[in-house]
Amino acid sequence: MINLNINQKSYEVDADPDMPLLWAIRDLVGLTGTKYGCGVAQCGACVVHLNGEAVRSCVTKVSRAEGKKVVTIEGLSKNNDHPLQLAWNEVNVPQCGYCHSGQLMSAAVLLRENPNPTDEDIDNAMSGNICRCGTYPRIRKAIHLAAELHKKEGRTI
Amino acid sequence: MSTNQVSRRDFLRVSGLAGTALCLGFYFPSSAKEAEIVNTSGVAKSEVELNAWIHIDTDGKVTIFNHRAEMGQGSFQSVPQIIAEELEVDLKDVNIVFAQGNREKYGSQITGGSSTIRGSYKNLLKLSATARIMLITIAAKKWNVPITDCYAESGQVLHKASGKKFHYGELVVDASKLEAPKEVVLKKISEYKLIRKPLHRQDTPLKTNGTAIFGLDKKLPGMLYATVERNPRLRGIVKSFDASAALKIPGVTKVFKVRMGVFNTFREGVAVVANSTWAAMQGKKALKVEWDDSGFEHINTAEIYKRQQEDLQTKEGLYLKKQGNPDDILKQEGKTIDVVYQTPYQSHSCMEPVNCVAHYQGDKVEIWGPIQAPEWVQDYISGQLGLPKEKVIVNMTFLGGGFGRKAFMDYPHEATMISKEIGAPVQVVWTREDDATQGPYRPGISYRCQGAIHNGEVTALKFRMSGQNNDHWRGGKTDQANRSTSEGFLKPYFDGIKNISFAEVQFETPIPTMWWRSVYASTNGFAYESFLDEVALAAGKDPLDLRRQYLQDERCQRLIDKMEEVSGWKKRKKNEGFGAAITECFSSTVGQIVKVSKDAGGKIKIDQVWAVMDCGWYVNPDIIRAQVEGSIVMALGAATIHEITFKDGLVEQRNFYDYKMPRITDIPPIEVHIMENEADAGGVGEPGLPAFAPALTNAIFDLTGKRIRKLPFDLSAV
Repeated sequence: MINLNINQKSYEVDADPDMPLLWAIRDLVGLTGTKYGCGVAQCGACVVHLNGEAVRSCVTKVSRAEGKKVVTIEGLSKNNDHPLQLAWNEVNVPQCGYCHSGQLMSAAVLLRENPNPTDEDIDNAMSGNICRCGTYPRIRKAIHLAAELHKKEGRTI
Repeated sequence: MSTNQVSRRDFLRVSGLAGTALCLGFYFPSSAKEAEIVNTSGVAKSEVELNAWIHIDTDGKVTIFNHRAEMGQGSFQSVPQIIAEELEVDLKDVNIVFAQGNREKYGSQITGGSSTIRGSYKNLLKLSATARIMLITIAAKKWNVPITDCYAESGQVLHKASGKKFHYGELVVDASKLEAPKEVVLKKISEYKLIRKPLHRQDTPLKTNGTAIFGLDKKLPGMLYATVERNPRLRGIVKSFDASAALKIPGVTKVFKVRMGVFNTFREGVAVVANSTWAAMQGKKALKVEWDDSGFEHINTAEIYKRQQEDLQTKEGLYLKKQGNPDDILKQEGKTIDVVYQTPYQSHSCMEPVNCVAHYQGDKVEIWGPIQAPEWVQDYISGQLGLPKEKVIVNMTFLGGGFGRKAFMDYPHEATMISKEIGAPVQVVWTREDDATQGPYRPGISYRCQGAIHNGEVTALKFRMSGQNNDHWRGGKTDQANRSTSEGFLKPYFDGIKNISFAEVQFETPIPTMWWRSVYASTNGFAYESFLDEVALAAGKDPLDLRRQYLQDERCQRLIDKMEEVSGWKKRKKNEGFGAAITECFSSTVGQIVKVSKDAGGKIKIDQVWAVMDCGWYVNPDIIRAQVEGSIVMALGAATIHEITFKDGLVEQRNFYDYKMPRITDIPPIEVHIMENEADAGGVGEPGLPAFAPALTNAIFDLTGKRIRKLPFDLSAV
């Protein structure tokens, strides 16, 4: 049995220690917001936070998460009101929406570490996340807007 | 109408709707093209009652059954926006749910051809206006005042003089007993309050907190997970397999051979069933399978294009269209151009890999998945399993991308066969590698383009294409030309240029192919609009002026004006390359201008893309802009990166490391403009794609003098 702390809740899962965290979260815990896209750390659809760091859960063994704090898209905010979530809504970022759990989780780490990112900072932080619908111009715009919301309204990031 | 429909009680249970309500639906009288709006609230009309598309309950809550998929194109926003407009309700009071697959009820449900809005908006407007009139009629009757003294607003009917009002919910019981009026007056565009406004998509919140349920997120009690190792040579079968190592993987419960239909043929694989996706994936890796692909061609990419291009030099092909006599003109005096263009096989590569949940229960099967064509799946599985159609229940989830791939029926069939074998609900997950290596793909095509120019005038155009016809898979006729041979080419050219022909030189391979966003326009557009640039050069004309001359259509002229105006086409500088292209796709016309320059290292840099969309009547301008932006990003990958190649019958690309996607760092600034007019609605999800590649390569020619006739090309190596 492996003990996982996900979004401040404790779960006991009966997982092979080598099982990627992605599948433990999705199939054993039942939180499906974190997505499978490639399985080889190429697309970023599976990004979650492990002790605050953005990791690709598709290549992170579940055993590595034991004793650490996992945050998934479901735990990014309580009321869908993280400045990034508000900005994503304002800018109408998602189309199919499948990759955006990962996009938001990557962007959240960027914004926390750098509350006022430049285009180049955004490029560096977000180039690991693929969007096949091509929402990139809006992702960039929404990250800038979220930074503004944080600055102007003191929204927690 | 089919008489084999589920009972009304079942329907209400399944749809989560119960109690008295006003239900209105479309009714398609036998073979009539235009739908009749019918009040389906009454139990007496059993043959049409299930045809409900809109449902207003006694709380005034409106529920819409969306018969089309939501795969990013915005049907979950556009459809409610249309209905709320004519129904006079607030958008927040409209709840939209996925309809199940049912051809009798909804007509065509296939989400393809950019048809969601253009195919149904007139009926949706009429349906909503009909409901509003019925509610007003009841209110007027209750107050004993003329209908004309009453109006509807925000889910209420108001009496002008007294200010008295009824909430819709208070009127539905009586309204449900009325016959639907035959004629209703619709609003003028100038009266719209919601339509044509850039309102926020209501599915966004679901897509920012992990609550949107995609196919892969569907879970059922007792559900198992499966992966399938399929014959890597696409159409071969299983000779034998050794499951011993796979069965040793903890969690793997069963391994067996499975055969799934692929339209008119089938393929085989070995299924691994387990208690988690991961275990099923590990089991798949541990399998040892011997394949039998005898009788199948071991295709190589180079041979495909060699064969196509040899044929294009020697065969006339089947004519789709011919006006005048281009052959004679091409033999006469004047300049002629005769060149070949080539476009690659491509993968749809939806972010959500193909997957499907099926629960076979002996006398019925229920399916959930990211499905573009639920009624096709229903028809197909009903036929394959010998089950009555109403016993094949097909539920759509959100689609993590579709682009045509998810209109193929192989994966629901495969999931059904696996569920049947194990006697339990199962989710079949395709790995990214399965998705990349199994197809179906956009077909690779070669084009031979010939043109004649005399005294600066274009006197003849002759186009021939050679590539797989997607329709052949679905039983399309092989004795006539692919009807998509001229797709993408603007119809007004036929008025402007006297001698034009389009022909298909037929080409078959066992490679599964399928529609890929904007279908043949995505490749035709590159060949034809690049060629027109070559023709303009030969005629000594500015490329946009040439189009203006031969596209004598008012909408085209305005589109070209707009392209010039927004891009500063006439004011371009020497060290800038400008390229233009205009394509037609699913009744919309899109013009694009791409501007390129060289960076400090001498490499081509895309500075700006301007797109002008003329889709006629439209719903939500921001969704249109988003669709065009996304189409351009997809087209950028398609033009400069993507190619599926075959070596000895095997696909060489496997995952995003060798089938790379454009990333945030690769995207040029994109500006989208929408033409304002009242013409019939055209498509939105796909038409933004085809013009990009030719506009880009035409811009590169403008800057460098280098003509690119083969896609993909490496932008950094030009």
